[in-house]
Amino acid sequence: MDSTQAFSQQALIDQLVQHHAGEAGSLLPLLHDIQDELGFIPASSVASIAEGLNLSRAEVHGVITYYHHFRSTAPGKHVIQVCRAEACQSCGSEELWALAEKLLGCKAHENSANGMYSLEPVYCLGLCASSPAVQIGDKLHARVNEAKFTRLVQALESAA
Amino acid sequence: MTITVFVPCDSAAIAAGADEVVDAIHKEAAARGLAIDVQRNSSRGLFWLEPLVEVLTAQGRVAYGPLAFEDVPSLFDANFLLGTKHPLCLGLTDAIPYLAKQQRLTFARMGVTRPTSLDDYAAHGGWVGLKNAVAMQGDAVVQTLLDSGLRGRGGAAFPAGIKWRTVRATTAAQKYVVCNADEGDSGTFSDRMTMEGDPYMLIEGMVIAGLAVGATQGYIYIRSEYPHAISTMNTAIALAESAGYLGSNVLGSGQAFYLHVRKAAGSYVCGEETAMLESIEGKRGLVRAKPPLPALEGLFGQPTVINNVITLASVPIIMAKGAAFYKDFGVGRSTGTLPFQISGNVLQGGLVERAFGLTLRELLFDFGGGSRSGSPIKAVQVGGPLGAYVPESQWDVPLDYEAYAAMGAVVGHGGIVVHDERANMAKLARYAMEFCAIESCGKCTPCRIGSTRGMETIDRIGTASNKEQQVHLLRDLCDTMLNGSLCAMGGMTPYPVLSALNHYPADFGLAPAVATAT
Repeated sequence: MDSTQAFSQQALIDQLVQHHAGEAGSLLPLLHDIQDELGFIPASSVASIAEGLNLSRAEVHGVITYYHHFRSTAPGKHVIQVCRAEACQSCGSEELWALAEKLLGCKAHENSANGMYSLEPVYCLGLCASSPAVQIGDKLHARVNEAKFTRLVQALESAA
Repeated sequence: MTITVFVPCDSAAIAAGADEVVDAIHKEAAARGLAIDVQRNSSRGLFWLEPLVEVLTAQGRVAYGPLAFEDVPSLFDANFLLGTKHPLCLGLTDAIPYLAKQQRLTFARMGVTRPTSLDDYAAHGGWVGLKNAVAMQGDAVVQTLLDSGLRGRGGAAFPAGIKWRTVRATTAAQKYVVCNADEGDSGTFSDRMTMEGDPYMLIEGMVIAGLAVGATQGYIYIRSEYPHAISTMNTAIALAESAGYLGSNVLGSGQAFYLHVRKAAGSYVCGEETAMLESIEGKRGLVRAKPPLPALEGLFGQPTVINNVITLASVPIIMAKGAAFYKDFGVGRSTGTLPFQISGNVLQGGLVERAFGLTLRELLFDFGGGSRSGSPIKAVQVGGPLGAYVPESQWDVPLDYEAYAAMGAVVGHGGIVVHDERANMAKLARYAMEFCAIESCGKCTPCRIGSTRGMETIDRIGTASNKEQQVHLLRDLCDTMLNGSLCAMGGMTPYPVLSALNHYPADFGLAPAVATAT
């Protein structure tokens, strides 16, 4: 990241902090906004968030690291979430998970070496009657067997 | 003449390809010069049939499904806009046995109306409960709720009216109504369907709660895994406010009620009410010790009504039709209906709203049609990841809170996850401990440490030579977790673990005598 990028990133964070300052319980909404804009919450932003919301840096860091949804590093181009909860397990999600690790070339919470993918376990997408469920970016997919998962990944590869 | 076609916008329908079906219908209709009006309705909850497309005919709505976009041209070839026969035609929607056998009170509009249409909501019985409540004293509203016997649908089954009465009786400058929409249990989706499919029902229930207890601010805490629900609720709140159902003067009552959506961030334990309050306040989702009860000192330290989505969504019909009407459904102290959610390895997964008192066997076979794989059903987890595995010998016990508690199980939020004979119950028991270790907030030791020790002990039952001692150790650990944990996360993880051990000892490599000896 060059200095211009870093500057605009910081400007954006400052703007969002200002937007949420004074709102009751504003830390989570602010962190969501930052992650929605940048894809992650840079460690460098902790100090300005803490100052803006009158919290300690430890409190901000504590919240970011407590919640599974928040990430401190940039994700791959496509975030692939595979549900590993019981309803999906009952229809083969563990086999699907193993296939995902192989096809994407990364393990849980990792990015693939080429930066294309992040693989995340998720515990329930609410599609339990149409399991196994997978989410790629914003798009949900139901009844994903191994063949369907392979097709979905191939589509991402060929679009790249 | 323009013909109305309905395609659900529920995220489970979209995940099954509903958007692609809509594109294909538009394309095909345009190519054939046919005038159609495609309405995106909510889902009927018959998920094995999604995308389920309906056509409005003189006889009623005729259903087709499950459709793939490739099927669309053949539907037009068969003149489906007139409700004609096609291999995927299911006949009149209301006559589909899965639906016809249900008692839909809370889910009466589901699959019928467009989620954010105020006209549709009002035309199908919406706001009647709120109008009645506005005309009543707060005490009378609370009494109606008490009389209905409505108990918390989130899992704990605490009488909703008692919470409301406590908050109403407490004096404070600011009170809150918080809706727990952190539906993290695997196998449950009734909250999601409600928020995506009938958001005004939830809003109406929350406004009634606010007026009854004197709260002017409400929060809906929705899990981040439900982006469609978040977006639908936000749209519905804005529209309801502009129509006067929310805001500074609810329906001219002189009382204010404002509603906000709070997006969660992927922590299962934040479904526990006090952890949820911490999260809304912007903190780590650590469970609070009780007392003080949230009804006295809840959100931001103020008196707070906390109810689950389905609890609040059940309020409008109670206020519209009266406590006696609602109480007529159900058995014993389990009054009313519960939207059961059948999922996992089952042929016909979906939502079944029925009065309490039916059996698991009816749900599994009369509705569910048996396993999806065709293999025999081995175990059924009822009530989410913290619920017990129920073996076949208990499938005829009526589903009500007391009957399930008596056999060491829970009805919970009504989620039912089916496993066929390939399931390894020792592995699922280990998973329960692993899930607890991943999701524990870490505040109390039995949950934080016990879950990890539990995984290790279950591993050792599989590998060690002194299996009997390991089983004894596991039971002792479960006893500590059950009785020593601060909340249900650690306190109920033993339910799936012990039920698996008790009913399926062979999966742990144990003879039945060893599993139950200690």
